[in-house]
Amino acid sequence: MEFLAYVTVKLKPSVNDPQGLAVTNGLRQLGFEGVKSVRVGKHIEITIEAEDESAAKTALELMCNKLLANPVIEDYDFRLQVIIA
Amino acid sequence: MKTGIVVFPGTWSDRDVAWVIQDVLGHPVEYLWHKDTNLKGCDFVVLPGGFSFGDYLRPGAIARLSPIIESIVEFADKGGIVLGICNGFQILLECGLLPGALLPNASLEYRCQDVFLLVEQDRTAFTCQCKRGQVLRIPISHGEGNYYADPDTFNQLERSKRIVFRYCTSEGEVKPEANPNGSLSNIAGIINEAGNVLGMMPHPERCGEEILGSTDGLYIFRSVLETLKANGK
Repeated sequence: MEFLAYVTVKLKPSVNDPQGLAVTNGLRQLGFEGVKSVRVGKHIEITIEAEDESAAKTALELMCNKLLANPVIEDYDFRLQVIIA
Repeated sequence: MKTGIVVFPGTWSDRDVAWVIQDVLGHPVEYLWHKDTNLKGCDFVVLPGGFSFGDYLRPGAIARLSPIIESIVEFADKGGIVLGICNGFQILLECGLLPGALLPNASLEYRCQDVFLLVEQDRTAFTCQCKRGQVLRIPISHGEGNYYADPDTFNQLERSKRIVFRYCTSEGEVKPEANPNGSLSNIAGIINEAGNVLGMMPHPERCGEEILGSTDGLYIFRSVLETLKANGK
């Protein structure tokens, strides 16, 4: 099977996000006064071949832990979409 | 005693490190390509500054997957002296030789300026030629030098006296206004538990001659070379 994985990596809530603060200020300057906070993260798309969904999930977990996210400062999550069943 | 200088695609301070060690201090150097696995008999390994692999994903994240890293980790585990400067510090954190992480500067600005460093520990291989409380003037040049560690890690670093350098004023006062990047507790450099791996954001290789405005960087290289000499290297 082939899957498309949509991975999101973002800073842990306990880690200060200066980029998010800058974007918050930018949005408020544009008049979006209701903006309370912004967190900036990364979006990664991975096409992967795997036996089944569970194998793809296991691989993605490992990828996130070993490279895509830095567990000291970042959290991740992902969703899978089947491309070729 | 031979110094190995690791070169990744995008490393930029390798020649400056070589200049200081070879031309200013008169000791042999060897460049180590990131695809090498042999440290070629080097007694001291420097991971210089730069933008290895374009800082893609996170600074140091791709570099630490290079073949040479495994050899460096093995060398460090056996007590070999390793110095990571700027991007080299980021790589040491990514490969787990040092704890914590470096975030984008709190100001979101790239900072290229002289800073003052308070030497907090003088009984290390990297600072034995300094005195505790001494103030060094050394330049920084980075966009992601904002040191972060969770409270447990920070307390452990503090208790075990592993914070070697802190950003300070010219008078040696550790104050928020002397902090160029938002680092936790003004941390500029830390050492591992065994005391043989140091990571620091400032660039000692860029201040080794009077013409560059400061020679304070020599304290660090001289300390390592003296330590190696004392160990019979």
